[in-house]
This record gives sequence, structure tokens and C-alpha cells, in this order.
Amino acid sequence: MARVFLSNEMLSGTGGLDVLDIDAPRVHELVAQLVARFPRLTPEMFDRLAVAIDGEIHNDADYLPLAADSEVHFVPRIAGG
Amino acid sequence: MSTRHQFEYVGTRPIRHDGMDKVTGRAAFGADFSLPGMLYGAVLRSPHAHARIVSIDTTAAEALPGVKAVVTGRDIAKTNKKVYLGGEGALDLADMGDNALAHEKALYHGHAIAAVAASSLEIAQEAARLIRVDFEVLEPAMTLERALAKDAPILHPEMTTGGKPLEHMTGPTNIAARMEIKRGDVEAGFAEADLVVEHEFRTPMVHQGYIEPHATVARAGADGRIVVWTTTQAPFLVRDACAGILHLDAANIRVIPSEIGGGFGGKIPVYLEPLAIVLSKKSGRPVKMVMDRDEVFRATGPTSGCHITMKLGAKRDGTLVAASASMWYEAGAYKGSPFGAAAMCALACYNIPNFFVESHDVVLNKPKVAAYRAPGSPMATFATESLVDEIARRLKIDPIELRLKNAVASGDHAPYGPKYGPIGLKQVLEAAQAHPHWSAPLKPNQGRGVACGFWFNAGMNSSATVSVDSDGSATVVTGNPDIGGMRAAQALMVSEELGIPVERVRPVVADTDTAGYTDLTAGSRVCYATGMAVINAAEDAREQLRLRAAKVWKLEPDQVVWEHGEARSLIAGDDRQPMTLATIASTLAKTGGPIIGRASVNAPMAGPAFSANICDLEVDPDTGCSKVVRYTTVQDAGRAVHPSFVEGQMQGGASQGIGWALNEEYVFNAKGAMENAGFLDYRMPVASDLPMIDTVIVEVANPSHPYGVRGVGEVPIVPPLAAVANAMRGATGVRFGQLPMSPPRVLAELEARKEEPAVALSSGS
Repeated sequence: MARVFLSNEMLSGTGGLDVLDIDAPRVHELVAQLVARFPRLTPEMFDRLAVAIDGEIHNDADYLPLAADSEVHFVPRIAGG
Repeated sequence: MSTRHQFEYVGTRPIRHDGMDKVTGRAAFGADFSLPGMLYGAVLRSPHAHARIVSIDTTAAEALPGVKAVVTGRDIAKTNKKVYLGGEGALDLADMGDNALAHEKALYHGHAIAAVAASSLEIAQEAARLIRVDFEVLEPAMTLERALAKDAPILHPEMTTGGKPLEHMTGPTNIAARMEIKRGDVEAGFAEADLVVEHEFRTPMVHQGYIEPHATVARAGADGRIVVWTTTQAPFLVRDACAGILHLDAANIRVIPSEIGGGFGGKIPVYLEPLAIVLSKKSGRPVKMVMDRDEVFRATGPTSGCHITMKLGAKRDGTLVAASASMWYEAGAYKGSPFGAAAMCALACYNIPNFFVESHDVVLNKPKVAAYRAPGSPMATFATESLVDEIARRLKIDPIELRLKNAVASGDHAPYGPKYGPIGLKQVLEAAQAHPHWSAPLKPNQGRGVACGFWFNAGMNSSATVSVDSDGSATVVTGNPDIGGMRAAQALMVSEELGIPVERVRPVVADTDTAGYTDLTAGSRVCYATGMAVINAAEDAREQLRLRAAKVWKLEPDQVVWEHGEARSLIAGDDRQPMTLATIASTLAKTGGPIIGRASVNAPMAGPAFSANICDLEVDPDTGCSKVVRYTTVQDAGRAVHPSFVEGQMQGGASQGIGWALNEEYVFNAKGAMENAGFLDYRMPVASDLPMIDTVIVEVANPSHPYGVRGVGEVPIVPPLAAVANAMRGATGVRFGQLPMSPPRVLAELEARKEEPAVALSSGS
């Protein structure tokens, strides 16, 4: 199962839970499981977040695969100047 | 992804394709464009920093001969739309539209209230003066302290604190958002520290200072088609933002970018574009709008001023064991400071087992901030690197050795969570340590400072096409305005893939109807992400060339290989001469038609960049005047495609950072008006102020890119604030927590220190 680390703005929706293990083939299914378990995690919230999969940060990661031991972090999106 | 290491063209320094146009003045920048029958626009701006707009009377303006159209907020219904930028997510177009033209309130001095189009600029300006606005003047919040006070004037009554607010942060408020990041047990970390240093840091609002002011021409046709010629870092964002703000169909808007005279993040938002479109629609004529320098300062995005309180704890051997920081960033009139990036960058250079960082986005009655090179990181790094320097001094440890001892490396977790891949901070620090500058002697009244810094580097969406022409030359088309030498870098990539000289490649910056969707020229992303699309498109073209050769030779595709710019038969004993690209290109029509390679990518972030700077500063103790006498900047570029442009980015970032450290600041009067809105009084460094800045490029390949490229455009501005401040500490003994370290401020500190020589820092046992 992937180990998933949530960003601080998600914690109000998870009751403070910041790390959990989820079995999902792709980020899309992982997010669906998060939203199903924590309805206060809104789609708008995910629009503001990037996803780091094993250290590589993607702004749009919905259909990227996850390995059984992937480390997934939700982090704020960054563009720059 | 496998990373290539051997190159024929990449790493060379050809003359840039746009060089001749730019040095001869032939290049067309935003203000150079004109159309027949064109009108000229002018903007009426608020004389108040905070005021309710009670009424606007445009009667006299509209009656002035030559006036063709007047627009106010009434003409642009507020939108609730957002535009999705690859970067920070959805941009709030309600805010961007209200910033372009105020609706209910003027939120800063210089906020656009109305705009006029007339047959001459002088008539437009006169008409703008004839517009009568009845303001209800409100108290402005001009400082973080006032914006955060219990009885603070509230800019947006509906605002609540987003992110992770504390319990007491209930509306109405000027705190738009709060975030925190943490690791370990901070109290326990400080308890085990042998030395704790703590300090307050303040940096002022500063401007990107691009030479070219904002300029736009818009033409709205009777058929509903709109064309916008503009100077921008983000043509597709201009298209989509204007469509959202003005309730138009983006399919009817074409944005054609001009050459751009600097941006640094400041030419991402729209300011003039929506106004020019509405004025053109109302008048039925093309409308040109050009800001003067005063308007650029007062009404376009500077970067945040900020207040940071930071504490660092270390063991006697220099091991960092704990950190805490409270950061408050000015957003200007609307939410959206780089407070999040600041929190994520502050400790990104070091392995610190225990930390807590909170950061806040605060609105106040100043211009809305825009991105500025590595947004948020230079100020946060100023705080961190000042304290790291102080720890090195107190513990009598070489400051580079102390940084190396704590530096992050591949496999370490970044403070914002994910593990770092291959990164080059240690290599950068070692290169700085080995540079002759580090061991050179100093003269009296001189001090030396070192600092390092981090930036993420963006990825996002890019598209490219590479077409092969019948004469064997090639054209590469992308949608990124060329700010930093992108044309030459992309041409080098095409040369590398096709095996043709860079002079035979024509790089083209296309408009939004011509190029495939491409995110903005920002985030240090163009050479990396758009470059990746260019390489893939060139590979696509090359593959088509190989197949044409196989077709001509009547061989199977797997019997032909492409090497060194030509097709070769793999058949043993085959005595056919290799078929050159020029030969294949000369018969394209007969072998199947034109060849166009295409590619698009949505690239992950480009892999972090690290930089280290060494600064020698000489201070005149009688006047407080300081001068940078030697400066060296070292940076991991991953792979320098065109080293001269990498060096230029490094030197430019250092120059801007030195100006930020020593002289630049927005000066507001009691009523909230900027008092130094011109380059005479807003003192940016010029060539004669600075020594030749020495550069060292380190190359630790980024595995996410086929050549190993990282972004290079932003991290150069991260270390200078602290490097200069640390040099000032060395020269004067004073730890400056407030920027700029201008002569009056330095002199005042030196005078005060004669009576109180202790450095203002708290320390532990």
C-alpha cells in the first residue's frame, strides 16, 4: 500500500490525521478513496495541491501509477516567476 | 528516464538568434506595435489607498472632442470564474479583474478606477482628468502591524482565513491564509541545543524592475474576434484570463506576444489587456495602452514585504537540531502572496530533525503582489542564512563547513515532505569553497559573506513542433516568449537531435492561435519543460527522416539507423553512402510530403536548484555607504544548454538580490501613496555599481530530463540578500535584520553601536 502524507490544509478535513496507507493503482483512485473517507476534502482543495510520488512532484498526477510501496505527499502547487 | 551525457551542440555558446535585432533596436517590444486608426488609452487611478467608490461621473470626459470610449467597473460585470494555471492552481479572476478595474472600492493608491480611449494620448489623459469620482475615504492598512490589529481596517469584509487557520482567526480579517509545516519535537530540539540564536527580519516591498513597461494593443472586430498584441510572460494565460474577466469566449481571443523587456514574474497577470479589449469593443477601433514608469511601480505587481521571526538551535559541533519561524507576507490588495513557498523554502537547504514553520498571507492597502523570481524564497532565506551565519561565527566554524555538515543530499526528505532526488547543494558548496574568492584576503572595512539558497523549479505543460524544410534547415515553434535566451537553447536542442548546425535552426515564438498550449514563461521551466517538448518533437522529426531513408532504400525500418545527422544502412556489406538530412529534405515532396515533428508534455517539477553566493562588501564607516567589491555565484544547472545564458541568469539574479539587500524599497507616505515611483528614487543597481560577477556552473544531472536540465532562472536571486547581510556583519559587526541596508540605516546602526556594541541576538548556553 502507498504511504500517503497529507498537506496541512487537508487536516481540517481529516480530523488531524496526516499519514495513512492506501491501496490504489493510480493517484485518481487514491484521491477518490480519500474523498470517500473524508467528505470534507473537496475537489477544489485538490486543485490547489500537487502530488509528489516517490520524490517527483506533479501538478496533474491523476493517472500516474503508484507502486505498492510508493511514498505520496500532497504539497502546495508552486509555479514561480 | 535515461540522461544523455555526450553532446555535440549542447554546451556551446552560439550567438542568439534574436541578438542582432535586439542590439540594433529592430526587435519589436510591446510599445512598438501600432495599427491604422488606432486609439490611445489612459487610466484614471485612485488618489487614495483605501476608499469606497460612491459614484463616477464620466459626462465631461465623454464630451471632450476626440474621446471615443470611457470604461468603468460598471462596464465589466464581476466574475466568479477561475483560470487554471499549472502552478499555484486556480487563479481568482474576480480579484484579477477587480485589480484591473476597481468595482466597489479602491484598494491601493494607483488602483485603476476608469479608462479612456481617444484619438491621441494627450486627449485620453485630459479626459481621464475630467472624470469625477466621489470617494468615501477609508483608513488604509499600510503595515502588517496595522493590518493585523484588532481594530484594523478590513479590505474584504467577506474574507476568511484559508489553509490552516488558528482558532482565533475568525472573520472579518486581513489574514487570507495560514499554513504550517513541522517535523519532530521542536521544544526538545531546542532543549538539546548548545546554542540558540533568534532574530527578527523585515524586508520591504520591492519591484521586479523590468526595463520595459507594460504595453498592449487590442482590436475587437465586428465579427467578435479579438486580437491582443501584448508584452507578457503568459500569452495563453492572458487569453484565458481576459475571457474569464470579460465573459468572452476564449476561442475568439488571439494573443500575440511581443518581444519582452524583462518580466521576472511581473508580467504574468493581466492589467491593461482587459481594459484595452473593452475600450476597443466600445469604440470599434484598435486601442493602444502603455504604462509609464510611475504606473508600473504603483499599479503592477511588486513582491511582498515581510516580517519573519526565526530561531535556530545547534550543537557545539555545528549540527543544526531545531528551528522555528513565524512568517508574515504582504499580499497587497488581494490574497496571494508567496507565503507558502516561503515556508517550504526556508529550511530546504538543511537536515534539521525538529522544526515548526508557520506562514501567513496578509492583505493590506498596497499594490497586489505578483511573482518575482523564486517568489517568497529570498526573504525566508535571508532569515535562515543570517542565523546560520551567526551560528558559524559564534561557534567559530567555517561557514561553508557548517553548511556542508548540515546540507541536504539525495534521499533526504525536504522540509515540505517528499524525498529529494539527485541534487547538487553539496557540490555547489564545495565549488564555492574551492573558489579562489573564498580564500582571498580582505582589506580594511571589508567583510565577506556566504549564503546558499533553494528553489523548486516548475514543470507544467508545453508543446512544440519541429518542421524540416526542403533546404535541410529546421523551424522550431513554441508558445513561450523568450526572456532568457530560450530561442538559442531550443535551437541547440534541435541541432543536437537532428545533427544540423544551430544557425540552420529557426526558433519561433508563436501566438495562441499558432502554438500548441503552453504554460507561462516562468518558474524556471522553459529550458526544462518546453525544452523537453522540443527534444521530443525533434526526435519525432528525426524518426520520420529515418523512415524516409528506409523507404528510398527499400529497406525495412529496423535496417536503418540515424547517426550524426544522417541515415545509415545496417545491412552488412551494404556500400550505400549515408543519406544526409539535407538529401532527405530535398526530396520530401517525392517521398511522402513535409515532415513535422510534434510533442507535448506535462512535465513534473524540474528538480530542485541550489545556489551559493560569496560577497565581499566594503563599508565606509563615516557615511554608511557600502559597495560590493567582489561577488561569486555558484549554481547547479543540471545541464547548461547554453552556458552564457545560464551565467547571465546567475549574474542577473545576483544583481537584483544585491539591489534588494542594499537599496531598494517602496516608500509610502502617511496616506499610503508611494513616494519613490521612479528609477531616480527607487534605486536599483546599475552596471557601474557592481563588479563583474563571477560564475561557476555545477552540473548534477536532473534525471527527469533527457539532457539533465534543471531550471536556472530563479534560484540566483535567493542567496544574495543573506550573502550581502553576512558580508555587512563581517565588515561592521552589525547583524542587520531589516532591509535595505541603505547608507542612512547602516550609519544609524554604526552610530548606535558606538554606545551599545552587542549584536542584537539572543543566545542559549
